[in-house]
Amino acid sequence: MAELMLGNKAIARGMYEAGVSIISSYPGTPSTEITEEAALYDEIYCEWAPNEKVALEVAHGATLGGRRAACAMKHVGLNVAADPLFTISYQGLNAGLVICVADDPGMHSSQNEQDSRHYAIAAKVPMLEPSDSEESRIYTKKAFEISEKFNTPVFIKMCTRVAHSQSVVNTEERILPEQVPYVKDPAKVMMTKNSRDAHVRVEERTLDLIKYAEESDINRIEMGDTKIGVITSSVSYQYAKEVFGDSASILKLGMIYPLPEKMILDFASKVEKLIVIEELDPIIENHCKQLGLKVTGKDTFPICGEFSQNLIRQCLGMDTPSYEAIDEPVPMRPPVMCAGCPHRGIFYVLKKNNVMVYGDIGCYTLGAIAPLNSMDLNVCMGASCSGLHGFNKAMGEKGEKHSVGVIGDSTFIHSGMTGITDISYNMSNSTVIILDNSITGMTGHQQNPTTGKNLLGEPAGKVDLEALCRALGFNRVAVVDPYDLAECERVILEELEAVEPSIIISRRPCVMIKGTVHKPAIKPDTDKCVGCKACMKIGCPAISVKDNKVRIDTTLCIGCKVCSQMCKLGAL
Amino acid sequence: METKNIMIVGVGGQGTLLASKMLGYVLLSKGYDVKVSEVHGMSQRGGSVVTYVRYGEHVSSPVIDKGEADIIISFEELEAARWLEYLKPGGQIITNTQQVEPMPVITGAMEYPSDLIAKMEAKGVKVDAKDFLSLAEEAGNSKAVNICLMGRFSKYLSDISDELWQEAIEKNVPAKFLELNKKAFALGVNA
Repeated sequence: MAELMLGNKAIARGMYEAGVSIISSYPGTPSTEITEEAALYDEIYCEWAPNEKVALEVAHGATLGGRRAACAMKHVGLNVAADPLFTISYQGLNAGLVICVADDPGMHSSQNEQDSRHYAIAAKVPMLEPSDSEESRIYTKKAFEISEKFNTPVFIKMCTRVAHSQSVVNTEERILPEQVPYVKDPAKVMMTKNSRDAHVRVEERTLDLIKYAEESDINRIEMGDTKIGVITSSVSYQYAKEVFGDSASILKLGMIYPLPEKMILDFASKVEKLIVIEELDPIIENHCKQLGLKVTGKDTFPICGEFSQNLIRQCLGMDTPSYEAIDEPVPMRPPVMCAGCPHRGIFYVLKKNNVMVYGDIGCYTLGAIAPLNSMDLNVCMGASCSGLHGFNKAMGEKGEKHSVGVIGDSTFIHSGMTGITDISYNMSNSTVIILDNSITGMTGHQQNPTTGKNLLGEPAGKVDLEALCRALGFNRVAVVDPYDLAECERVILEELEAVEPSIIISRRPCVMIKGTVHKPAIKPDTDKCVGCKACMKIGCPAISVKDNKVRIDTTLCIGCKVCSQMCKLGAL
Repeated sequence: METKNIMIVGVGGQGTLLASKMLGYVLLSKGYDVKVSEVHGMSQRGGSVVTYVRYGEHVSSPVIDKGEADIIISFEELEAARWLEYLKPGGQIITNTQQVEPMPVITGAMEYPSDLIAKMEAKGVKVDAKDFLSLAEEAGNSKAVNICLMGRFSKYLSDISDELWQEAIEKNVPAKFLELNKKAFALGVNA
């Protein structure tokens, strides 16, 4: 039956139909739903791994065990998984392996806009790029066929607009392939001659894959008017269809690596003008130029940001629809930390004491936004620990006594542990605050190794953060309640002064987790309120001041009482 | 037929996702090709959120661009004004008159703009503005504001029967809130 499905859900459906048995992933927008949706099928074992490198290694291990396996990650997650990726490409498999990677052009929920297609080229791993949900399902199944036929991992590359758009999907039955028996093969040990032989095999494989790209229906030509020929892929294909309809011919590439050569040259010979429409970097364009073709590409379309139908029209000098707008500036509505968010108190204390804050990746990155403004920078997962260590090695005491790293529980397990080990091993008196809200928050509440629950919410192994930090060489490990501002301030100042590395664990579950107990909303005593706005310094969306009196939005307030500690007059 | 474009806009957490789910359901049941596009992740935390719903014989792009929307359904007044640029000339806005202050207004850096509905109407825009929050409360729960708005919106989609809308409610809300939501829908229709 036809059904509306998110692109990510359609990938999960494709995995189910392809007989996938094992999926290991680390959550990351816009890839998270792939694994969450797959977990709804009893036939597929799904897990959250501590990070993407582990996830890919688990999935590869599962294929050695003879079962089809997959992993999913966001574009920056592939940086973390890059180490195993390049050698798994040499190593080969015992059953199909598919790596889903989701790019985020426009950076709706990401720290950079890197183009994952470079990884396919660099690791010589074939990459398929669906343009809607039905293709997401079909390409996923095709990816497993290619993987087994050519003995290679295969990428499915998503982007936000394919991953998070719903379109119509038809479904088919699941077919579970026989488990492939494991046979020990000395050639699998990647060293000396084996590696050299493997590289030769990879180069031969690429030539075979180019042949496949020339002949497979995954790349298709839709002939229309021949004045303009468009070469495109992914969601850009949909924008091109929207703009041109049948008034141009289109070469739609479903496989972005390796790219066909003959097919492109044939297409080029049939049209008058060639336009390459692709988001981010000029990958298809450069390939065309290597083939000696003259194309319109990044000289006309931007490298930065997302495309849309109007953007293509504007770049090509075509008319765009007219519209009305309000004459005055409309205030922005940036995302904010939720009312009652346990991160708020810590950031307030850090700002109050003018502490340099090396941030990390998660909801708490919102601590950078007004009025808290307390984050100095962030880079990638785990950098808050190692980057802080480097900062303090350069700054000495001036840095050590006035700087902290802040990192969430899930991010800490992902790649903070190695960073704090550098702090204890190489002895900087750095202070790292682990914001333990008992969940992976930003990506929509996934369990992680510190929560004691697995992906399905069942009891699982639990990392003891205090014991872990002590084992990694920290004598000073303090635990604070971020709702207690005075206590937080006392402990933070004490640990900054200490001539030793310190860990502070700020522990409070995320207020959005089902089952977190909310207290009654604060009832302001407006007689006591003088409208001083001291309570507004914490940036709680439930608090506003109208006509010089504080107001609490009772639908948002969960009674955390952080604002009560801000008010010296007892109005809150 | 030409592809129709509906936008659902609001503030993260207001229940726009359920509205788009219901709309997707009725349009697919009617046999249209449908695409629904939304952004998950960081912007969901109290930020400005938008869902694009496109339907017709064949839909290509999953997004709606400036000047393309036939109808914008807004859960909040300021958001209606923010997304006005996406409305087609002659298009329709249906908006809740509820005002949710964004952080720049809360911190005092900016004022919440006044008389937005009148200002939009002065531009010749058709605006159907109602206090849907009060209607939801009348139905029994302020969270049903999304269903109230969908009820109102159903008046603008002549080819979708009331039976199909009722089915969409039944399929998409928990059974224990069914009556409440049906009441909210009816209050929206008759607002």
